[in-house]
Formats: sequence, structure tokens, C-alpha cells
Amino acid sequence: MGDVAVDIQHISKRFRLYEAKYTSLKERVIHAGKVPFRELWALDDVAFEVAEGETVGILGQNGSGKSTLLKCVCGVLQPTSGQVVVRGKLSGLLELGAGFQQELSGRDNVYLNGSMLGMSRRDVDRVFDDIVDFSELGPFIDNQVKFYSSGMYVRLGFAVAVSVDPDILVVDEVLAVGDERFQRKCLGRIKKFQKEGRTIFFVTHAPDLVRQVCDRGVVLDQGKVIGEEVATDAIEIYHEHLVRAGAAAAAPPGGPVLAPERPIRITSVELEHGGSGSRPYMLPHEPMTVRFGYEASDRIDGVVFSYSVFTRDGTLVHASDTAILDQLVDVAAGSGQVEFHFDEVPLLDGNHLVHVGISSRTGEIYDVRENALELNVKNPGQARGLVALEPQFTARAASYR
Amino acid sequence: MTSASSVDPGSPVSPTLLGEDDDDEPVVRRRRSSDVVRVVSARKPVHERVADIWRARELLVNMVRTEIRVKYKSSFLGMLWSMMSPAMTLAVYVLVFQVILKNGIPNFVIFLFSGLLLWNLFQVGVQTATGVVVNNAGLVKRVSFPREILALAAVGSASVFFFFQACVMVIFMVVLHTSPAWTLLWLLPVAMVPLLVLASALAIFLAAVNVYLRDTQHLIEVLVGAAWFWACPIVYSYQSSVAPKLVHHGLTWLYFLNPVTPLIMTFQRVLYALVTAPSTVPPHPVEHLLPSWGWFTYLWADGAVLGVSLVLLYIALVVFGRLAGNFAEEL
Repeated sequence: MGDVAVDIQHISKRFRLYEAKYTSLKERVIHAGKVPFRELWALDDVAFEVAEGETVGILGQNGSGKSTLLKCVCGVLQPTSGQVVVRGKLSGLLELGAGFQQELSGRDNVYLNGSMLGMSRRDVDRVFDDIVDFSELGPFIDNQVKFYSSGMYVRLGFAVAVSVDPDILVVDEVLAVGDERFQRKCLGRIKKFQKEGRTIFFVTHAPDLVRQVCDRGVVLDQGKVIGEEVATDAIEIYHEHLVRAGAAAAAPPGGPVLAPERPIRITSVELEHGGSGSRPYMLPHEPMTVRFGYEASDRIDGVVFSYSVFTRDGTLVHASDTAILDQLVDVAAGSGQVEFHFDEVPLLDGNHLVHVGISSRTGEIYDVRENALELNVKNPGQARGLVALEPQFTARAASYR
Repeated sequence: MTSASSVDPGSPVSPTLLGEDDDDEPVVRRRRSSDVVRVVSARKPVHERVADIWRARELLVNMVRTEIRVKYKSSFLGMLWSMMSPAMTLAVYVLVFQVILKNGIPNFVIFLFSGLLLWNLFQVGVQTATGVVVNNAGLVKRVSFPREILALAAVGSASVFFFFQACVMVIFMVVLHTSPAWTLLWLLPVAMVPLLVLASALAIFLAAVNVYLRDTQHLIEVLVGAAWFWACPIVYSYQSSVAPKLVHHGLTWLYFLNPVTPLIMTFQRVLYALVTAPSTVPPHPVEHLLPSWGWFTYLWADGAVLGVSLVLLYIALVVFGRLAGNFAEEL
């Protein structure tokens, strides 16, 4: 151990984005020398090493160069400059079942795919039954793969890829496919690989998964490495980065129009939490206050202030308003401030979005600020998921045989 | 499920890799199974590319097998088509040249077949290979393997069909009671090897170029299928039809710039074997159908073609290496 398994030596990858792609001779001649394109450096001088037996997670937003990096490591793409040195047998789970031939049976495809991944016929013979077992295809192994369901397809792809007995396993977000049970099974296999001392190279934008399986995290942004740390610190960098990127993206919408039927508007929204001032995220169970300022042009009776918290993928975490709290507010003309205070927020990891709004008792919406705030919670512990629960564990001797 | 401790340390594939994950099972830290160091970089020297191709030879075999199986899987007559289509071509040429134009070559079917056999391998191989990277875009974008294998597999499957057609040719020869030049049979592989090298060189080169210039495919169909075919002495005899005129104009060298020509003539010399024969068309003058060269001339000519082809193959590999880096983006 201690050897370097994957040595990424200052690789850069340039893509040319053509506004139109000319591939016929006629077009090439017509447009010779003046094809408009933009250059995009998908990877910009990326350099780090992965030691043998290490599990490294690559974190980054969409378009940060994660997949390009993986493709360079797998050899599907060649870097524009620099090189990747890979020591040992590498198997890539870039896209499961990518090399399958539609017309052939599952059985034939296992052999074909196996040889694509560098296995000899004898090697495949030896693991064939295990592949069929793992993929749960049973008798369907002799059907043409074009008749497979997408689940069957992916299962067979994964089974073949891990049966190569790789020294280095490269996993792109393939675990996102397949049903939950199969995902667990795949993750189980990956963890087993870890224990066996294989090197694993992992790409995801689920920080939770990095915490679960990785020793180290590398954070990419716009083709550059912006952090290379032990997993939990890398997740922190990733979160901080998301906050900054989010702030830039959530530019304020044009000034709210004060229509006669909208006599009140939100003027400011702010979030204060236990870590305010010292860090851009809060810890589970810290207090939090959502405060918004308003300005009313007139006196309004029975105003409802509301807020809601969503995850990035749009799942509602929590929402409430003053009507639910049975606190109808009568607002006088002029500006004012209201706040929702939480003594403790039982959330685990998350980079959530907070929406706020003001409406009338009857549901007329006066003003809304979507994505007004970002709520970043970082979990220092090992528990996983959205919600910070505090389990009490008890063992009673009688329940054991 | 056997325990992981029973893994044979020497075997590259452990039998316990698959199966349900089981945490209770003792896990043995494994040693690295291979010390192969692979370098991914934009510039890879040709000898390393060749080494990569050699390591992937089993993939080549599998791809050839796949292509043949897929091609005829859902057609009723299957493999028979690979023989039917050249047989039809053969029939048309016999009808046109022997029956209608009365070229007077005795046993014209065998003459034609011996040249066509080799030509079909060349043409089918090169033409299929030209489109092969583009047609396998999905694979090229997702799986890493030496891309040259795709082009070589096209030549490989053309070679398999060559073998089927050769069997048909043997049947023809038996039926028509003709015999090859038995003492010169060894010249057949001598001509085959340069042809395979030449076809591979063109296949690799064109497969890469076609990714950037998709016209190549159509251009090749016309150039190889029409022009190049007629530049080879396949449907006509070099010695009786073109040689006198070429000598007259001093252009023999030009004709032999076509590297396929000597190879086809070697096949004709061995399989057709009639150097001189009386014409089948009255008044039956004795025709010189094949050059009266000794075996050494054939050996020398084929050797020269081999030399040229190897140079071309090297150039093709260099060009392919330069272009292959951007395949995944261009497709």
C-alpha cells in the first residue's frame, strides 16, 4: 500500500463549443476558417493523487468538470494537456451497459462487455454464474438485451463491471439508477471493495454519500480544484461554495410593483442562526430566526406572513404561516418587521431554500419572495438524512436468545 | 457462496466477487492484480498504441464474432446471403463479359472469382471500416478501449466472409474440373498478408478521418467501389487487355502504382493457373492471359506491396492517434 493508484498530472481539457457543427465537406469548405466557436476549459490544470486503497469522492455542481475528469481517468477522453497515470486494472461505471449490443443475448453481451473491460474468455467463464446471480436475471440471460427492462439492463451492466475484479473502480453517478434495493446492493459491493483495499474514485453531488463512503473529497468548480480535504471538510467547502454560487444566482428580481390590491410588500428578508457571523452554515439543533421587513401603504387587517423550506430537489421540508399559528396581524401603514424564531432546528445536512410571502386572510397574495434565503445545515456527526433526531438506544437482555 | 479467503491469489478474477454483500464474511485485503501502468494523454507514441491493440486482441475476436452474428441474426437465409451477393455479382459479370462482350477467356468464372475473392475482402473491409467509428458513437463515448479495434474488426469480419467465399470457390473449381497451380499454393498467404495490412491501414485511416469529414464515407463508396475496382485486373486480363497498350505508351509503372494489382494477379496465377490458353471465341488464337513471370517476380512484387502497406499502416496509426483524442467530442 501507499503506492499511487491514480496520478492526475496537471490535466486540462478544452472543449470547443461550436454554434453550428460542420462535418460535411461542402460545409467545411464554405465555412473554412471561420467557424464560430467558444472555448471552454472543462478542466483547468487539475492535479492530485489517489493512493492505493483510498476512496476519493469528487464533489461539484453540474458543469464543474466532474464527469470530464472521470472520462479522462477512464481514457474515454484524452486531456488537451497533461496526463493521467493509472496503475493497475481500472473498471469504469460511467454508464451501465454502455457497450451492450442490442441484438445479442445477455449471455453474449456479458462476454463482449467483459472483453471490452479487459477480461479473457476464461475469466468471464469463471464469474459468469455470479454475474447472473447478482444481476438477478435468471433465465432471461439468454434473451436479447433489447427486450430487457431498463432495470435489468443496468443490473447486468453493474454486475459485469464489478466482476472485472478491478484494482481501481471509477463510479459516476450510476448509483442513482435502479431501485432502492439494488442501489443498496451496489453500495454494499462498493463498501466491500473498500475493505478489500481497492481504490475507488467516486463522483456525486450528494455530500451525504461522500460522508458515508469516502476517505477524502475533492471539490471541483469550473474545472479547477478548489478543495482537497478529508471528506467532511470537503463537504464543508462544497457547501460554502454553493452558498456563494447561490447568492450570485439569486439576483433580486425587479422592484415589486405596488398595485392597489397589493398594499404591502416585503422589503428585506434575513436569516440569523447560531453560526451567523462566524460561518455560512448552521449546525443541527442551533436556533434560527427568519426575519422580514415590510412596508405597507395603508392599514391592513389580518395579514398572513408565511415561510416554507424546500430541499434543492423541491421536497417541502417544513412550511407554516401566521394563520396556522393563529396569530393574525393587523398592520399599520408604514414599515415594520416580523420574525419567526425557532429555538432549535432539528435538521441534518442540507442546502435548503426558503420562500417567504405575505397574503391576506382570504388567500390573496400580496407579495412573494421565492428562494429568498438559503438555509445551510452541516452535520458534524455521522448520522445521515434530512432530520436531526436523537435516538435513545436500549438493549434488553431478555430480547436476546 | 464461498468465503473470500479461498481466493486464489494468482487468479485475476476472484470467484467471490459477485453475490449478496455480506458483512459478516471475513474480508481479505487483496493485492493489486495487475501492474499494468496505463497513461492517458493526448500524445501517445505509436508503439504504445500498438501494444494497447495487442492487449485487446480478444476484444477484436469478440467484435468480429458479434458483427457476423448481428448481421445475419434476423435474416431468414442468414449466412447464405454473404455468398449470394458475390455470386450474383459473379453471374452478372460472366453474362456481360463472356456472353455479351465475348472476351474469349476460357473458364472465365474461375478467372473472375480468383480476383473478386480478394477484392471483396478489400472493398468490404475498407468500406465498412470507414463508417465504423461514427456508427459506434455510443460505444466510443462511453467505453475505453483502443478505438483502432473497431476498424480492425471491420477488416476481420470481411476476412471471415472471404473464407466463406473461398469455400464456394473451391466448390466451383471442383464442379468445373479446374485445378490450381498446386506448386504455387504457398503464394496465396504471401498475397493475403499484404492485402490485410493494406486494408487495415486504409481502414484505420479512413475511420478516423470520417469522424471529422462525414463525406468520406460516400467518397470511398465511389472511389473504391467504382474507380479502384476498374483499375484492377479483375474482370479483364492484365496480360491480354491492358499490358500491350501500357507498354506502347510506357505507362506500365503507372498501372502498378495500384498496390492491389500484384496481389490480385498472384491470386489469379495460383487459382486460375492458365498462363496461356486458346481463346473461346473463333478463330481461337492463343491468348496470353497471365504474365509469364516466375514465382520469384510474384514474391518480389507482393513483398514490395507489403513494405508499402506497412509504411501506410504506420502513417494511419499516427494519424488515428492524433485524431482519436477528440472522437468523443466530435461524435
